[in-house]
Amino acid sequence: MNKKLRLLAYPYSVWMGIFIVIPLFLILVYSVTTGDIHDASSLKLSGESYKKVLEPIYLNIIKDSFVLAAASTLICLLLGYPAAMIISNTNIKYRGLVLVFFIVPIWMNFLLRTYAWMSLLSPNGFLNRFLMWLGLPKLELMPGQGAVLVGMVYNFLPFMVLPIYTVLSKIDKNVLEAASDLGGNKIVTFFRVVLPLSVPGVVSGITMVFMPAVSTFIISGLLGGSKTPLIGDLIEQQFISSRNWHFGSALSIILMVMILISMAIMSRIDQNNAQEGRKV
Amino acid sequence: MRKTLSCILILILVVGMAVSLSGCGQKVVINVYNWGEFMDETLIDEFEKQTGIGVNYKTYETNETLLAKLEAGGSSYDVVFPSDYAVSEMIKRDMLLPLDYSNIPNIKYIDERLRGQEYDPENKYSVPYFWGTVGILYNKDLVTDPVESWDILWNDKYKGQILMKKDVRDSIGVALIRLGYSVNTTNDAELEQAKQLLIQQSPLVNGYYGDEIRDLIANGDAALGVTYSGDFMDLYWEGIDNVGYAIPKEGSNIWYDCMVIPKSAKHKKEAEMFINFMLDPDVGFRNSEEVGYTSPNTEVIKRMQEEYPEVFELPAYWPDEEALSKGEVYVDLGDYKAKYNDILTEVLAQ
Repeated sequence: MNKKLRLLAYPYSVWMGIFIVIPLFLILVYSVTTGDIHDASSLKLSGESYKKVLEPIYLNIIKDSFVLAAASTLICLLLGYPAAMIISNTNIKYRGLVLVFFIVPIWMNFLLRTYAWMSLLSPNGFLNRFLMWLGLPKLELMPGQGAVLVGMVYNFLPFMVLPIYTVLSKIDKNVLEAASDLGGNKIVTFFRVVLPLSVPGVVSGITMVFMPAVSTFIISGLLGGSKTPLIGDLIEQQFISSRNWHFGSALSIILMVMILISMAIMSRIDQNNAQEGRKV
Repeated sequence: MRKTLSCILILILVVGMAVSLSGCGQKVVINVYNWGEFMDETLIDEFEKQTGIGVNYKTYETNETLLAKLEAGGSSYDVVFPSDYAVSEMIKRDMLLPLDYSNIPNIKYIDERLRGQEYDPENKYSVPYFWGTVGILYNKDLVTDPVESWDILWNDKYKGQILMKKDVRDSIGVALIRLGYSVNTTNDAELEQAKQLLIQQSPLVNGYYGDEIRDLIANGDAALGVTYSGDFMDLYWEGIDNVGYAIPKEGSNIWYDCMVIPKSAKHKKEAEMFINFMLDPDVGFRNSEEVGYTSPNTEVIKRMQEEYPEVFELPAYWPDEEALSKGEVYVDLGDYKAKYNDILTEVLAQ
């Protein structure tokens, strides 16, 4: 029986080999070579692409990407945690409906959502027309980093809310009752019981927001007027318009390594938390 | 149970194969791959009725998508519509079939002035389909000065109101033209000057955009910007009249979107028939009415002059002789592409 079950895994292993392992390997090869990408014999080992990544202009772009991604993750957490709590405390009858409201925007195309923000935030957009109607001065939001941040938070917020909600809704209500029996008020209960128990959800929420946020493209083009190019835009440019696959691959590898490092840090936090929980 | 199931499956397979095989025998189908919203699609039905050749019509958004798709292989296209510099790259990389003009007699309608451009000097591989210019689109409510020169894009008065094209060739091209250099330069010193000019302009620029420029300026979100004549024509045909379009006196880029037959084509003769059909004066006129861009077909232009004389007053539709003589086409930059791209990245990251 066990053997038969193992057979079932083969299709996926083949799939993984062809569509994940081989492409990753190719990216790695392109990143450490130069030459014509269509002619394998012309490829020569070279560290040129990585040397180029270290030029200040590209380091700055990578830094900007991380700062913006970190900021949008933090905002998502601050907005998402209370939202997840509210949903998990909602009467079970309406909970499904509230969840649907959170998920519906994801059903719409990502590009369309971002264009919608363009017409909201642009100098003559809905927001500014509303402010003018109230007799207030116009805001210069778009294009700018603020608008890019808004676009990112809006697009990635559901990925923060859902994992936190899942963890919160699984917390045993008896634990909360025990806390209040032992004299803990709501604030103490939250910080000493609910928050530590929800860390796994927070960690996966942060990962799920940070990863797409750091590699995002288009958002900074549309809402930022391309004036804050991010690493995702840079990679797209290398493959589409400048067709420098070697440099594009090197950038992709750097991005992947950085995401791996940040994920490792996050899972360390998760583990530490689990151990501390046991000690208490 | 299992037996019946397999019987049914085999039956489906056999019938399916028979149907598809018989379909193959009857009708040639050509694959046509064009820019989005760049053809009156009722003409395709007409071509199918007239010739009995089927057309599988698909669209793309950028030259780069087209090149990437052809490069990746695995698909065969019979007629595609690349722009000038893409044509020149495809010729260099031996991706095109030479056209047999005995199958394309309607080539005689193509304006002599628009033939034999630098990207394909003998029109051995390409026939122009529509053409136009790069220029300055401006909102008449927000721009009070006359728009005559590229200098206006460096005017402090319009700080935060200027849009630049987020396109390597178009943005760097504007700076090169302003400096009096060729838009196809591969001279490092000239490019360095162009880069400095764009960096100096950067604080005045509201943003670098693609197709969004048209609507941002029409809505008054920005005052003026670099874009294609076609964007103005779109607004013009929609009846939006608060915008203007100017081709600066220093000259500009003239672009051609062409019809070519890639090497992977399976039905070259039918593809040539399709190209010939598109060059027919009647078909060309209807197509021109629908798409709204300037046709290279002299007969179509005559009919347009009768039906829509007013558009010949617009520099976006009908550039004057001076603009034509000063205009320059893009050709492929080869390995220099990466250098141009790095310059744009540096300008954007200011």
